Amino acid sequence: MNITIKLYATLGDYLPLEARRNNRLVMQVGDDTTVTDVIAPLNMPEKLVHLVLVNGHFVPPAARNTRKLTEGDVLAIWPPIAGG
Amino acid sequence: MAWTRKYLRINLTAGTVKVENLNMQWANDYLGQRGLATKYFVEEVDPKIDPLSPDNKMIFTTGPLTGTMASTGGRYSVVTKGPLTGAIACSNSGGYFGAELKFAGWDMIIVEGKSPKPVYLSIADDKVEIKDAAHLWGKTVWQTEEIIKKTHQDPLVRVSSIGRAGENGVLYACIVNDLHRAAGRSGVGTVMGSKNLKAIAVRGTKGVGNIRDPKAFMKVTYEKKKVLADNAVTGQGLPTYGTQVLMNVINEIGALPTRNHRDVQFESASKISAEAMHEKRPDGKSHLVTNQACFGCTIACGRISKLDEKHFTVKNNPQYWGASGGLEYEAAWALGAANGVGDLEALQYVNMLCNEDGFDPISFGATVGAAMELYELGLIKQEDIGFDAPFGSAEALVKMGEMTARGEGFGKLLGLGSKRLCDKYGRGDLSMSVKGQEFPAYDSRGIQGIGLAYATSNRGACHLRGYTVASEVLGIPVKTDPLTTDGKPELVKAFQDATSVFDSSGVCVFTTFAWTLADLQPQLAAALEGDWSMDKLNLMGERIWNMERQFNNAAGFTGKDDNLPPRLTTEPAKTGPAKGLVNGLATMLPEYYRIRGWDTEGRPTAETTKRLGL
Ligand code: SF4
Repeated sequence: MNITIKLYATLGDYLPLEARRNNRLVMQVGDDTTVTDVIAPLNMPEKLVHLVLVNGHFVPPAARNTRKLTEGDVLAIWPPIAGG
Repeated sequence: MAWTRKYLRINLTAGTVKVENLNMQWANDYLGQRGLATKYFVEEVDPKIDPLSPDNKMIFTTGPLTGTMASTGGRYSVVTKGPLTGAIACSNSGGYFGAELKFAGWDMIIVEGKSPKPVYLSIADDKVEIKDAAHLWGKTVWQTEEIIKKTHQDPLVRVSSIGRAGENGVLYACIVNDLHRAAGRSGVGTVMGSKNLKAIAVRGTKGVGNIRDPKAFMKVTYEKKKVLADNAVTGQGLPTYGTQVLMNVINEIGALPTRNHRDVQFESASKISAEAMHEKRPDGKSHLVTNQACFGCTIACGRISKLDEKHFTVKNNPQYWGASGGLEYEAAWALGAANGVGDLEALQYVNMLCNEDGFDPISFGATVGAAMELYELGLIKQEDIGFDAPFGSAEALVKMGEMTARGEGFGKLLGLGSKRLCDKYGRGDLSMSVKGQEFPAYDSRGIQGIGLAYATSNRGACHLRGYTVASEVLGIPVKTDPLTTDGKPELVKAFQDATSVFDSSGVCVFTTFAWTLADLQPQLAAALEGDWSMDKLNLMGERIWNMERQFNNAAGFTGKDDNLPPRLTTEPAKTGPAKGLVNGLATMLPEYYRIRGWDTEGRPTAETTKRLGL
């Protein structure tokens, strides 16, 4: 199945070069893939994987191992950031 | 004591300058800046006065940490009755002006009356003069600052001034200092214009020497700077990406108000985001040039950008080719998503107009959004404006910006804000505002708590009076669910009270992404004589909030004004995580009144005012 991963701010550097401009990459993953399964191979420092959203909904750190993705899901991640 | 214990009273009607001693009992109860100046204001000004009459006063005020070595200790505020809302107004600015005022030896300047002709105030330490400003009237902020520096033959004089917007009665005119730092909201610049006061120029050479325990203060401010540096948000996130990093986040969670809040997600959000500002343009350069800090700030969230010289907005206007302030998130949202405009260069150009002529990009952008909706509904006609103005038109946005800056044609109407504009066309419901002041960049259907914060903000819709987005979206200090109303009244109250103390201290509210009151407390305790316990600060925050509320109630506001436009409470969000949701204000408000110790009409009870010493 296809999912989209979006990495923002400094995490953009962990995307393949061609995907950096839009901060997004469409990936093919197997059934039962969890959020952690997608994040782990990207080798991002753990403390930078801060705000994790699936389809805009927050996934708490403790749920990342078990939260399964489905076709068309959008996984978006930010390092610690704020504004106002 | 880091107060200078002295302030200036300037009567513009009589043309007099007086030096007065700070009421130290009030300083003990209200700290400084927002709290202390509001105390002076409510004691001296009848809440019912017309904000643009000579009876209104305005107080330029520093906090006890302004000008000290506490990180971000450069803030000042302007307290007055706001013409956009009719409520208490208190607008906070950074840059260097606040610290300079302190260095000159003054905690505050109280401005009264109205000058018969344009003047500016010149302060060089103890030498304070009201000077003729006939040659400055009609000039922009940028021209005014340059002329004053030349006249004084001193590039280090710090200038806070109004542009043409403040002179022309734009009801959301700002006071701008250091070219692009602004006391931005509620029309404090309009009040300045109504007094014929063009600018305040300050040069201070005295420093801030009156710290209670300088050694302890140096030690604790050093430790607290380390907290900011070690924190991923204040140490890396804000300096690298600025507030603009929020654009994609808020869009993703479905809370980016788009096209006058018709939608909650903007298809072009990524094009106007912090990430886009870092990317290379067709001209080979990136929009962002560098970050910039205000006085004494170790965060440095400010953005400095340069426009593409070939862009339609500036190709014939080389005066806009230099590096200049922006874009910050709020301005990028208001000028962009709120109108459906996804042209980053156009947004920065209009943002420059806002800085150059001193008007609030939030209220301006949101008013353009309302005008575009009225245009699409056929209520405003092409001939009313002089051109087409559909959502998404960068050309229309730019023309409207230029007309508002100059006070020309339809720009005069835009300058009155969305409430008066929408009322004129019989659709007051389309003004996305509370108490007449436009919303900032968060849709309260996707972030429930911020809806309550907007509805109850003492200066009209505002995110900086209680930034629950920190908790509801960013997880600071703890993550809460943005889609529920549960626990939000307590959250809103806690943010509002703590922010009141930060705003009264002289430091920037952005420190609160890493600091809590417990980090500010030891800095105050080392700097100031007296008891500065956490209990005292907590109570003080609540006292300041209630004092502002009492002023508004006496000015004629009631619980009915703690409201949101019907769009947000009856039209569900169309997409994203909040799809199907409206804001649950009716659920939150009674509980909020209860925990505030207010009656069902939103009035502090006798017991509450007694407990708070009001
Ligand atoms: S954090 Fe940003 S706004 Fe606050 S003082 Fe620093 S540079 Fe200025």
